[in-house]
Amino acid sequence: MKEFQYIIQDKLGIHARPAGLLVKLAKGYTSKITISKGDQLADVTKLIALMGLGIKMNDKITVSAEGEDEAQTITALQDFFVTYL
Amino acid sequence: MEQYCGKSIYGGIAIGTISYFEDVKRKAVRYEIQDAKQEIERFERARETAMKQLCDLQKKALAEVGEEAAMIFEVHAMMLEDDDYLEAVYERIHHNNVNAEYAVEMVGEMFAQMFSMMEDEYMRGRASDFLDVSHRLVTVLSDNTNAGKAIQQPAIVAASDLAPSQTVQMEKDKLLAFVTKYGSTNSHTAILARTMGIPALIGIDVKAEWNGKLAVIDGYHGILTIEPEEDYVKEMQEKQQDDIARAAVLQNLKGKADVTKDGTPVKLYANIGNVEDISQVLDNDAAGIGLFRSEFLYLAADHFPTEEEQFEAYKTVAEAMNGKKVIIRTLDIGADKQAGYFGLEKEENPALGYRAIRICLTQQDIFKTQLRAIYRASAYGNIAIMYPMIISVEEVEQIRAIVEEVKKELREENIAYGEVEQGIMIETPAAVMISDELAKKVDFFSIGTNDLTQYTLAIDRQNAKLDDFYNTHHPAVVKMIEMVVKNAHAAGIWAGICGELGSDTALTETFLRMGVDELSVAPTSLFTVRDKIRKTDLTK
Repeated sequence: MKEFQYIIQDKLGIHARPAGLLVKLAKGYTSKITISKGDQLADVTKLIALMGLGIKMNDKITVSAEGEDEAQTITALQDFFVTYL
Repeated sequence: MEQYCGKSIYGGIAIGTISYFEDVKRKAVRYEIQDAKQEIERFERARETAMKQLCDLQKKALAEVGEEAAMIFEVHAMMLEDDDYLEAVYERIHHNNVNAEYAVEMVGEMFAQMFSMMEDEYMRGRASDFLDVSHRLVTVLSDNTNAGKAIQQPAIVAASDLAPSQTVQMEKDKLLAFVTKYGSTNSHTAILARTMGIPALIGIDVKAEWNGKLAVIDGYHGILTIEPEEDYVKEMQEKQQDDIARAAVLQNLKGKADVTKDGTPVKLYANIGNVEDISQVLDNDAAGIGLFRSEFLYLAADHFPTEEEQFEAYKTVAEAMNGKKVIIRTLDIGADKQAGYFGLEKEENPALGYRAIRICLTQQDIFKTQLRAIYRASAYGNIAIMYPMIISVEEVEQIRAIVEEVKKELREENIAYGEVEQGIMIETPAAVMISDELAKKVDFFSIGTNDLTQYTLAIDRQNAKLDDFYNTHHPAVVKMIEMVVKNAHAAGIWAGICGELGSDTALTETFLRMGVDELSVAPTSLFTVRDKIRKTDLTK
């Protein structure tokens, strides 16, 4: 399993659009990807659950990937967060 | 005459009859089904139709009201593809043996309920999206082709809430204003109102019996008047005429020269933040671009923008301006405004920290890439450069040496470049005090009044508690501007203002009397400032 921590910079947090893009990205990899905030956890392929975390600016989250392509997955996710969030 | 007070989303006045929109919600009938598999297939077919509708609506919204309003339909489509949403529907059909309409409605309400309890205002706003998208499915399932009512004549649309799928179907030229009970400043109705420039009020307890009645909306004060008295209507009609006349007067200024009554020419330029702003600059008739913030290239990317990427952006702007001046400000970024790949450390005091020219002079490879791109683009138009956050003559000398290196490299590679004026931003008190020395080293000054005010008054602009102390017309700042202009002229160079004070028409005359040569303002302020310049007589 690989993971990284990130503090959300985007004003609106993980709102509808980036959540949608994240789901699309996650579906392109075989690893299971989760995001956790505190003790809440969501599967990144699930849009509503992801939005349901209500992740806002300055929230500290942990992103993790587990599976055969976890190395590439985590790199792609890191790029995504730095660019959009 | 009854008056109601609400929250105004967009100023302006509307007078017209009310067209009341019923709530779209209509209860789905529950019945027991025999074959769950068949029911799920029926649901899947409906889902496909709904997805197609959403795709069409998105295209329509994109063409008519812009990307922000169109995005809502993309989100709706994503909801219809969400595993949790689908599973919840399947489960109800399978285990409770209920019809698809009923299952969809229950699931929509469940998610709406969940989101309406969230802390975040934006997320609470999404609750209505679940209801809207579920309602769409129910409508398709019940084969209800009645897509909603059209507005027959120009009207003020009133409803307790409006779904995006309702507003997008309205004929835009018949919409006078919106009045709703629910919604927020971020709701789709609000976005639509702002894009179309029509008044909108929220927070008003809308009543069905208003349908067909005459009403007036005063978007400046957030007041709705039902069955207004004649005098009031007259008064508001006059206000409305004033608004129209004012807009027309400003539009009339298109093509007029930026000269004072006594014939003193002023350079009236525009500030832009990205390449797309160019169309606004051209529509509003600016004589040039006085501040092209190059940060967007860095902030919108996930890597340091390459020379080629930057070159394309600068070239596009230079060519679009067709020989008019384009002043590009080099990278102005700091710990408070950065892209992740910069890897800047968090600072106690980002406004006084590692930022702008300080980054460029420390990490010279970043700076050189930008300078090469700007110089290459200078072969395609009239480009000038200015450097932010300068505090010393040595910095300017260092910059000029790097610029010479870049030019030499380009010559050796046989790459063409044009004449590029070199200017600096005057935005620190230090630069003001030594502006006589700095003026000997550069071709022009551009005064960044926002930072200059913050640094001079020692007030953090982000701190709302200090609003009462923050005087944008502080005499210290005004005196500084006068000093900078005097020193610039003594050395034979020009001086302009590109901060927010540039568009403050209360100070335009003061600036022109000081001899400020250039004002660079937001594209939307160009006509207002031009109007002020043309009315100013410096001989009096």
